[in-house]
Amino acid sequence: MENVILDPEALNLIGAGLVVIGAGIGIGRIGGSAMDAIARQPEATGKIQTAMLIAAALIEGIGFAALFAV
Amino acid sequence: MQRKVYTKVLVAIMLLFTFNVNAQHEDSHSDAHGAVTSELSTKDQIKASVDETIQHHLKDSYGFYILHGVGFPLPVILWNDNGLHVFSSSALHHGAVESNGDYFVESHGKIYTTDAEGNLMDDGHGHHVHPLDFSITKNVFTIMLTVLILFFVFKGVAKSYKGQLPTGFGSLMEPIIIFIRDEIAIPNIGEKRHKQFMPFLLTIFFFVWFLNLAGLMPFGMNITGNIAVTFSLAIMTFILTQINGNKNYWGHIFWMPGVPTPMKIILAPIELLGVFIKPFALMIRLYANISAGHIVLMSLIGLMYVFQSYAAGTAFFGLTIFLSLIELLVAALQAYIFTILSALYFGMAVEEAHGDH
Repeated sequence: MENVILDPEALNLIGAGLVVIGAGIGIGRIGGSAMDAIARQPEATGKIQTAMLIAAALIEGIGFAALFAV
Repeated sequence: MQRKVYTKVLVAIMLLFTFNVNAQHEDSHSDAHGAVTSELSTKDQIKASVDETIQHHLKDSYGFYILHGVGFPLPVILWNDNGLHVFSSSALHHGAVESNGDYFVESHGKIYTTDAEGNLMDDGHGHHVHPLDFSITKNVFTIMLTVLILFFVFKGVAKSYKGQLPTGFGSLMEPIIIFIRDEIAIPNIGEKRHKQFMPFLLTIFFFVWFLNLAGLMPFGMNITGNIAVTFSLAIMTFILTQINGNKNYWGHIFWMPGVPTPMKIILAPIELLGVFIKPFALMIRLYANISAGHIVLMSLIGLMYVFQSYAAGTAFFGLTIFLSLIELLVAALQAYIFTILSALYFGMAVEEAHGDH
Protein backbone atom coordinates (compact mmCIF):
# COMPACT_ATOMS: atom_id res chain seq x y z
CA MET A 1 0.00 0.00 0.00
CA GLU A 2 1.50 3.36 -0.94
CA ASN A 3 2.63 5.64 1.84
CA VAL A 4 -0.21 8.00 2.65
CA ILE A 5 1.71 10.32 4.97
CA LEU A 6 4.98 10.67 3.07
CA ASP A 7 3.45 10.60 -0.41
CA PRO A 8 5.81 12.77 -2.51
CA GLU A 9 3.06 14.71 -4.21
CA ALA A 10 1.45 15.57 -0.89
CA LEU A 11 4.81 16.69 0.49
CA ASN A 12 5.22 18.88 -2.61
CA LEU A 13 1.97 20.62 -1.87
CA ILE A 14 2.78 21.02 1.82
CA GLY A 15 6.09 22.59 0.79
CA ALA A 16 4.25 25.00 -1.49
CA GLY A 17 2.02 25.97 1.41
CA LEU A 18 5.03 26.66 3.62
CA VAL A 19 6.54 28.87 0.94
CA VAL A 20 3.36 30.90 0.74
CA ILE A 21 3.25 31.23 4.53
CA GLY A 22 6.82 32.51 4.53
CA ALA A 23 6.15 35.04 1.78
CA GLY A 24 2.95 36.15 3.47
CA ILE A 25 4.62 36.72 6.84
CA GLY A 26 7.53 38.57 5.23
CA ILE A 27 5.41 40.92 3.16
CA GLY A 28 3.01 41.41 6.07
CA ARG A 29 5.84 42.58 8.30
CA ILE A 30 7.07 44.97 5.61
CA GLY A 31 3.58 46.38 5.28
CA GLY A 32 3.31 46.80 9.02
CA SER A 33 6.63 48.63 9.32
CA ALA A 34 5.71 50.81 6.36
CA MET A 35 2.45 51.79 8.00
CA ASP A 36 4.21 52.59 11.29
CA ALA A 37 6.68 54.75 9.40
CA ILE A 38 3.95 56.56 7.49
CA ALA A 39 2.11 57.20 10.73
CA ARG A 40 5.22 58.80 12.21
CA GLN A 41 6.06 60.92 9.16
CA PRO A 42 3.17 61.39 6.75
CA GLU A 43 5.21 63.68 4.50
CA ALA A 44 7.57 60.79 3.65
CA THR A 45 4.72 58.58 2.40
CA GLY A 46 5.93 58.54 -1.21
CA LYS A 47 9.43 57.30 -0.39
CA ILE A 48 8.17 54.76 2.10
CA GLN A 49 5.65 53.37 -0.36
CA THR A 50 8.33 53.03 -3.02
CA ALA A 51 10.67 51.18 -0.68
CA MET A 52 7.86 48.95 0.53
CA LEU A 53 6.89 47.97 -3.03
CA ILE A 54 10.48 47.13 -3.92
CA ALA A 55 10.96 44.92 -0.87
CA ALA A 56 7.58 43.23 -1.41
CA ALA A 57 8.37 42.48 -5.06
CA LEU A 58 11.70 40.94 -4.12
CA ILE A 59 10.08 38.63 -1.56
CA GLU A 60 7.34 37.73 -4.03
CA GLY A 61 10.07 36.86 -6.50
CA ILE A 62 11.55 34.26 -4.18
CA GLY A 63 8.06 33.00 -3.33
CA PHE A 64 7.14 32.50 -6.95
CA ALA A 65 10.48 30.93 -7.80
CA ALA A 66 10.09 28.38 -5.01
CA LEU A 67 6.50 27.67 -6.07
CA PHE A 68 7.60 27.04 -9.61
CA ALA A 69 10.30 24.67 -8.47
CA VAL A 70 7.63 22.78 -6.55
CA MET B 1 -11.84 64.07 -12.35
CA GLN B 2 -15.52 64.80 -11.84
CA ARG B 3 -17.41 62.00 -10.19
CA LYS B 4 -19.58 61.29 -13.25
CA VAL B 5 -16.60 60.90 -15.55
CA TYR B 6 -14.83 58.77 -12.96
CA THR B 7 -17.77 56.36 -12.78
CA LYS B 8 -18.02 56.11 -16.56
CA VAL B 9 -14.31 55.41 -16.90
CA LEU B 10 -14.51 52.73 -14.22
CA VAL B 11 -17.46 51.03 -15.91
CA ALA B 12 -15.71 51.20 -19.28
CA ILE B 13 -12.59 49.52 -17.87
CA MET B 14 -14.62 46.75 -16.29
CA LEU B 15 -16.50 46.15 -19.54
CA LEU B 16 -13.20 45.88 -21.36
CA PHE B 17 -12.13 43.21 -18.93
CA THR B 18 -15.36 41.37 -19.69
CA PHE B 19 -14.18 40.93 -23.25
CA ASN B 20 -10.78 39.95 -21.95
CA VAL B 21 -12.32 37.24 -19.79
CA ASN B 22 -14.53 35.94 -22.58
CA ALA B 23 -11.84 35.78 -25.19
CA GLN B 24 -9.33 34.04 -22.97
CA HIS B 25 -11.11 30.72 -22.91
CA GLU B 26 -10.96 28.17 -25.66
CA ASP B 27 -14.16 26.58 -26.84
CA SER B 28 -14.50 23.62 -24.52
CA HIS B 29 -16.16 21.47 -27.16
CA SER B 30 -13.13 20.93 -29.35
CA ASP B 31 -9.61 19.74 -28.65
CA ALA B 32 -6.36 21.18 -29.91
CA HIS B 33 -6.71 19.74 -33.39
CA GLY B 34 -10.12 21.24 -34.03
CA ALA B 35 -11.95 17.92 -33.88
CA VAL B 36 -15.26 18.12 -32.08
CA THR B 37 -15.44 15.78 -29.12
CA SER B 38 -18.59 14.41 -27.58
CA GLU B 39 -20.57 16.30 -24.96
CA LEU B 40 -18.22 17.15 -22.10
CA SER B 41 -20.20 15.79 -19.21
CA THR B 42 -17.67 14.73 -16.63
CA LYS B 43 -15.74 17.24 -14.59
CA ASP B 44 -12.50 15.41 -15.36
CA GLN B 45 -12.90 16.02 -19.05
CA ILE B 46 -13.54 19.70 -18.44
CA LYS B 47 -10.55 19.91 -16.13
CA ALA B 48 -8.34 18.20 -18.70
CA SER B 49 -9.54 20.59 -21.38
CA VAL B 50 -8.83 23.59 -19.14
CA ASP B 51 -5.37 22.19 -18.36
CA GLU B 52 -4.64 21.82 -22.04
CA THR B 53 -5.81 25.35 -22.82
CA ILE B 54 -3.53 26.77 -20.16
CA GLN B 55 -0.54 24.77 -21.43
CA HIS B 56 -1.31 25.94 -24.94
CA HIS B 57 -1.40 29.55 -23.80
CA LEU B 58 1.91 29.35 -21.96
CA LYS B 59 3.78 27.88 -24.90
CA ASP B 60 4.91 29.61 -28.04
CA SER B 61 3.31 28.67 -31.34
CA TYR B 62 4.24 28.83 -34.99
CA GLY B 63 1.09 30.67 -36.06
CA PHE B 64 -0.65 33.76 -34.69
CA TYR B 65 -4.05 32.33 -33.71
CA ILE B 66 -6.38 34.15 -31.36
CA LEU B 67 -9.31 31.75 -31.36
CA HIS B 68 -9.63 28.48 -33.19
CA GLY B 69 -9.11 29.28 -36.83
CA VAL B 70 -9.03 33.04 -36.28
CA GLY B 71 -5.54 34.26 -37.08
CA PHE B 72 -2.79 33.82 -39.59
CA PRO B 73 0.18 31.48 -39.99
CA LEU B 74 3.69 32.80 -39.55
CA PRO B 75 6.82 31.89 -41.53
CA VAL B 76 8.95 28.99 -40.35
CA ILE B 77 12.67 29.61 -40.98
CA LEU B 78 15.00 26.67 -40.48
CA TRP B 79 18.68 26.09 -41.09
CA ASN B 80 20.50 22.78 -41.32
CA ASP B 81 23.30 21.27 -43.40
CA ASN B 82 21.16 21.47 -46.51
CA GLY B 83 20.82 25.23 -46.15
CA LEU B 84 17.92 27.52 -45.47
CA HIS B 85 14.31 26.29 -45.44
CA VAL B 86 11.44 28.75 -45.36
CA PHE B 87 7.79 27.80 -45.47
CA SER B 88 4.50 28.82 -43.93
CA SER B 89 3.54 27.25 -40.64
CA SER B 90 0.15 26.25 -42.04
CA ALA B 91 2.00 23.50 -43.92
CA LEU B 92 2.93 21.96 -40.57
CA HIS B 93 -0.69 21.13 -39.81
CA HIS B 94 -0.81 18.43 -42.47
CA GLY B 95 2.03 16.18 -41.40
CA ALA B 96 5.60 16.22 -42.65
CA VAL B 97 6.69 19.22 -44.74
CA GLU B 98 9.15 18.68 -47.54
CA SER B 99 11.69 21.39 -48.26
CA ASN B 100 14.88 21.07 -50.31
CA GLY B 101 14.99 17.33 -49.76
CA ASP B 102 14.51 17.41 -45.98
CA TYR B 103 11.30 16.56 -44.21
CA PHE B 104 10.18 18.44 -41.10
CA VAL B 105 7.41 17.75 -38.67
CA GLU B 106 6.15 19.64 -35.63
CA SER B 107 5.93 17.62 -32.44
CA HIS B 108 4.96 19.13 -29.09
CA GLY B 109 5.67 22.62 -30.26
CA LYS B 110 9.14 21.93 -31.66
CA ILE B 111 10.27 21.15 -35.20
CA TYR B 112 12.27 18.00 -35.93
CA THR B 113 13.89 16.56 -39.03
CA THR B 114 12.27 13.36 -40.22
CA ASP B 115 12.75 10.83 -42.99
CA ALA B 116 10.37 10.54 -45.92
CA GLU B 117 7.74 8.66 -43.89
CA GLY B 118 7.65 11.22 -41.10
CA ASN B 119 9.49 9.23 -38.41
CA LEU B 120 11.69 11.17 -36.05
CA MET B 121 15.38 10.35 -36.38
CA ASP B 122 17.92 9.76 -33.66
CA ASP B 123 21.28 11.51 -33.75
CA GLY B 124 23.13 8.83 -31.79
CA HIS B 125 23.16 10.72 -28.50
CA GLY B 126 19.55 9.96 -27.62
CA HIS B 127 18.19 13.23 -29.01
CA HIS B 128 16.04 13.70 -32.06
CA VAL B 129 17.60 15.38 -35.05
CA HIS B 130 16.38 18.92 -35.42
CA PRO B 131 17.40 21.92 -37.51
CA LEU B 132 18.35 25.33 -36.13
CA ASP B 133 15.10 27.17 -35.67
CA PHE B 134 14.97 30.85 -36.56
CA SER B 135 11.23 30.98 -37.16
CA ILE B 136 9.05 33.99 -36.64
CA THR B 137 6.91 32.52 -33.90
CA LYS B 138 4.05 34.23 -32.08
CA ASN B 139 6.38 35.60 -29.40
CA VAL B 140 8.88 36.91 -31.96
CA PHE B 141 6.09 38.51 -33.93
CA THR B 142 4.69 40.18 -30.80
CA ILE B 143 8.11 41.46 -29.80
CA MET B 144 8.61 42.95 -33.26
CA LEU B 145 5.17 44.55 -33.06
CA THR B 146 5.97 45.98 -29.61
CA VAL B 147 9.26 47.37 -30.88
CA LEU B 148 7.44 49.13 -33.70
CA ILE B 149 4.86 50.52 -31.28
CA LEU B 150 7.58 51.74 -28.90
CA PHE B 151 9.46 53.34 -31.77
CA PHE B 152 6.50 55.26 -33.13
CA VAL B 153 5.16 56.24 -29.71
CA PHE B 154 8.43 57.72 -28.53
CA LYS B 155 9.23 59.30 -31.87
CA GLY B 156 5.93 61.10 -31.44
CA VAL B 157 6.85 62.04 -27.89
CA ALA B 158 10.16 63.51 -29.01
CA LYS B 159 8.48 65.46 -31.78
CA SER B 160 5.76 66.82 -29.54
CA TYR B 161 8.15 69.12 -27.67
CA LYS B 162 7.35 72.78 -28.24
CA GLY B 163 10.31 74.57 -26.70
CA GLN B 164 10.88 72.89 -23.35
CA LEU B 165 7.35 71.64 -22.76
CA PRO B 166 5.85 68.48 -24.26
CA THR B 167 2.32 68.46 -25.60
CA GLY B 168 -0.16 65.71 -26.21
CA PHE B 169 1.09 62.21 -25.61
CA GLY B 170 4.48 63.56 -24.66
CA SER B 171 2.96 65.15 -21.58
CA LEU B 172 1.83 61.68 -20.49
CA MET B 173 5.20 60.02 -21.01
CA GLU B 174 7.37 62.85 -19.72
CA PRO B 175 6.60 62.40 -15.99
CA ILE B 176 7.40 58.71 -16.31
CA ILE B 177 10.69 59.42 -18.05
CA ILE B 178 11.58 62.05 -15.45
CA PHE B 179 10.67 59.55 -12.73
CA ILE B 180 13.04 56.98 -14.19
CA ARG B 181 15.81 59.57 -14.34
CA ASP B 182 15.29 61.15 -10.93
CA GLU B 183 14.15 58.22 -8.80
CA ILE B 184 15.82 55.23 -10.46
CA ALA B 185 18.91 56.31 -12.35
CA ILE B 186 20.41 59.19 -10.35
CA PRO B 187 20.01 57.73 -6.81
CA ASN B 188 21.52 54.41 -7.85
CA ILE B 189 24.11 55.27 -10.48
CA GLY B 190 25.02 58.77 -9.40
CA GLU B 191 24.82 62.16 -11.03
CA LYS B 192 28.06 61.75 -12.98
CA ARG B 193 27.49 58.60 -15.01
CA HIS B 194 23.74 58.07 -15.09
CA LYS B 195 23.35 59.49 -18.57
CA GLN B 196 25.11 56.67 -20.35
CA PHE B 197 22.76 54.10 -18.81
CA MET B 198 19.53 56.05 -19.31
CA PRO B 199 18.76 54.69 -22.81
CA PHE B 200 18.99 51.11 -21.60
CA LEU B 201 16.93 51.76 -18.46
CA LEU B 202 14.22 53.62 -20.36
CA THR B 203 14.06 50.93 -23.03
CA ILE B 204 13.90 48.08 -20.54
CA PHE B 205 11.18 49.77 -18.51
CA PHE B 206 8.83 50.53 -21.38
CA PHE B 207 9.64 47.30 -23.23
CA VAL B 208 8.86 45.07 -20.24
CA TRP B 209 5.81 47.16 -19.33
CA PHE B 210 4.32 47.01 -22.81
CA LEU B 211 5.08 43.29 -23.15
CA ASN B 212 3.41 42.58 -19.79
CA LEU B 213 0.38 44.58 -20.91
CA ALA B 214 0.30 42.68 -24.20
CA GLY B 215 0.09 39.45 -22.21
CA LEU B 216 -3.06 40.71 -20.54
CA MET B 217 -4.85 41.42 -23.80
CA PRO B 218 -7.31 38.92 -25.23
CA PHE B 219 -4.98 37.81 -28.00
CA GLY B 220 -3.29 35.14 -25.96
CA MET B 221 0.25 36.47 -26.31
CA ASN B 222 2.45 35.28 -23.49
CA ILE B 223 5.87 36.86 -23.99
CA THR B 224 7.39 37.80 -20.67
CA GLY B 225 5.95 34.56 -19.32
CA ASN B 226 8.45 32.82 -21.59
CA ILE B 227 11.70 32.16 -19.80
CA ALA B 228 13.74 32.58 -22.98
CA VAL B 229 12.61 36.20 -23.28
CA THR B 230 13.35 37.10 -19.68
CA PHE B 231 16.65 35.25 -19.99
CA SER B 232 17.66 37.52 -22.87
CA LEU B 233 16.73 40.64 -20.93
CA ALA B 234 18.64 39.49 -17.85
CA ILE B 235 21.67 38.60 -19.99
CA MET B 236 21.71 42.15 -21.33
CA THR B 237 21.81 43.55 -17.79
CA PHE B 238 24.52 41.03 -16.88
CA ILE B 239 26.72 41.91 -19.85
CA LEU B 240 26.34 45.64 -19.25
CA THR B 241 27.33 45.38 -15.60
CA GLN B 242 30.42 43.29 -16.33
CA ILE B 243 31.56 45.51 -19.19
CA ASN B 244 31.19 48.64 -17.08
CA GLY B 245 32.72 47.19 -13.96
CA ASN B 246 35.66 49.26 -12.78
CA LYS B 247 38.58 48.27 -10.59
CA ASN B 248 36.61 49.10 -7.46
CA TYR B 249 33.81 46.73 -8.48
CA TRP B 250 36.06 43.75 -9.09
CA GLY B 251 37.99 44.60 -5.96
CA HIS B 252 34.80 44.40 -3.93
CA ILE B 253 34.04 40.99 -5.38
CA PHE B 254 37.33 39.23 -5.04
CA TRP B 255 39.05 41.06 -2.23
CA MET B 256 36.45 42.97 -0.25
CA PRO B 257 38.12 45.94 1.45
CA GLY B 258 37.42 46.69 5.08
CA VAL B 259 37.07 43.11 6.39
CA PRO B 260 39.73 40.89 8.03
CA THR B 261 41.67 38.60 5.69
CA PRO B 262 40.03 35.24 6.61
CA MET B 263 36.66 36.82 5.83
CA LYS B 264 38.00 38.09 2.50
CA ILE B 265 38.85 34.54 1.46
CA ILE B 266 35.41 33.26 2.48
CA LEU B 267 33.59 36.15 0.80
CA ALA B 268 35.30 35.85 -2.59
CA PRO B 269 33.47 32.72 -3.87
CA ILE B 270 30.17 33.93 -2.40
CA GLU B 271 30.48 37.28 -4.11
CA LEU B 272 31.42 35.55 -7.37
CA LEU B 273 28.29 33.43 -7.14
CA GLY B 274 26.34 36.61 -6.46
CA VAL B 275 27.54 38.06 -9.77
CA PHE B 276 25.64 35.31 -11.57
CA ILE B 277 22.75 34.86 -9.18
CA LYS B 278 21.60 38.48 -9.32
CA PRO B 279 20.72 38.50 -13.05
CA PHE B 280 19.40 34.95 -12.68
CA ALA B 281 16.98 36.20 -10.03
CA LEU B 282 15.94 39.02 -12.38
CA MET B 283 15.03 36.43 -14.97
CA ILE B 284 13.13 34.16 -12.60
CA ARG B 285 11.28 36.98 -10.86
CA LEU B 286 9.78 38.42 -14.04
CA TYR B 287 9.05 35.01 -15.57
CA ALA B 288 7.40 33.56 -12.47
CA ASN B 289 5.31 36.65 -11.67
CA ILE B 290 3.86 36.98 -15.15
CA SER B 291 3.27 33.31 -15.93
CA ALA B 292 1.83 32.63 -12.48
CA GLY B 293 -0.58 35.52 -13.00
CA HIS B 294 -1.67 34.12 -16.35
CA ILE B 295 -2.10 30.62 -14.95
CA VAL B 296 -4.23 31.86 -12.05
CA LEU B 297 -6.43 33.97 -14.31
CA MET B 298 -7.03 31.17 -16.78
CA SER B 299 -7.64 28.65 -14.00
CA LEU B 300 -10.30 30.89 -12.50
CA ILE B 301 -12.04 31.13 -15.86
CA GLY B 302 -11.73 27.37 -16.22
CA LEU B 303 -13.32 26.96 -12.81
CA MET B 304 -16.40 28.66 -14.18
CA TYR B 305 -16.71 25.78 -16.62
CA VAL B 306 -15.98 23.13 -14.03
CA PHE B 307 -18.67 24.24 -11.61
CA GLN B 308 -21.38 24.93 -14.18
CA SER B 309 -23.60 26.93 -11.85
CA TYR B 310 -24.81 30.51 -11.95
CA ALA B 311 -23.63 31.39 -8.46
CA ALA B 312 -20.13 30.00 -8.90
CA GLY B 313 -19.91 31.48 -12.39
CA THR B 314 -20.75 34.98 -11.18
CA ALA B 315 -18.42 34.73 -8.20
CA PHE B 316 -15.46 33.57 -10.30
CA PHE B 317 -16.24 36.16 -12.95
CA GLY B 318 -16.03 38.95 -10.37
CA LEU B 319 -12.88 37.45 -8.91
CA THR B 320 -11.31 37.29 -12.37
CA ILE B 321 -12.03 40.94 -13.06
CA PHE B 322 -10.55 41.89 -9.69
CA LEU B 323 -7.47 39.77 -10.34
CA SER B 324 -7.07 41.27 -13.81
CA LEU B 325 -6.90 44.71 -12.24
CA ILE B 326 -4.19 43.46 -9.87
CA GLU B 327 -2.35 42.00 -12.87
CA LEU B 328 -2.33 45.47 -14.40
CA LEU B 329 -0.52 46.69 -11.29
CA VAL B 330 1.86 43.73 -11.42
CA ALA B 331 2.65 44.48 -15.07
CA ALA B 332 3.88 47.99 -14.24
CA LEU B 333 5.45 46.95 -10.92
CA GLN B 334 7.55 44.16 -12.43
CA ALA B 335 8.81 46.52 -15.13
CA TYR B 336 9.73 49.01 -12.41
CA ILE B 337 11.46 46.34 -10.30
CA PHE B 338 13.46 45.06 -13.28
CA THR B 339 14.56 48.59 -14.10
CA ILE B 340 15.48 49.63 -10.58
CA LEU B 341 17.45 46.45 -9.92
CA SER B 342 19.32 46.87 -13.20
CA ALA B 343 20.11 50.45 -12.18
CA LEU B 344 21.31 49.17 -8.80
CA TYR B 345 23.69 46.69 -10.44
CA PHE B 346 25.00 49.37 -12.82
CA GLY B 347 25.53 51.66 -9.85
CA MET B 348 27.54 49.02 -8.03
CA ALA B 349 29.64 48.48 -11.15
CA VAL B 350 30.61 52.12 -11.63
CA GLU B 351 30.88 53.13 -7.99
CA GLU B 352 34.01 55.03 -7.06
CA ALA B 353 35.90 54.00 -3.94
CA HIS B 354 34.72 55.87 -0.88
CA GLY B 355 37.18 56.37 1.91
CA ASP B 356 35.33 54.74 4.78
CA HIS B 357 36.85 51.27 4.33
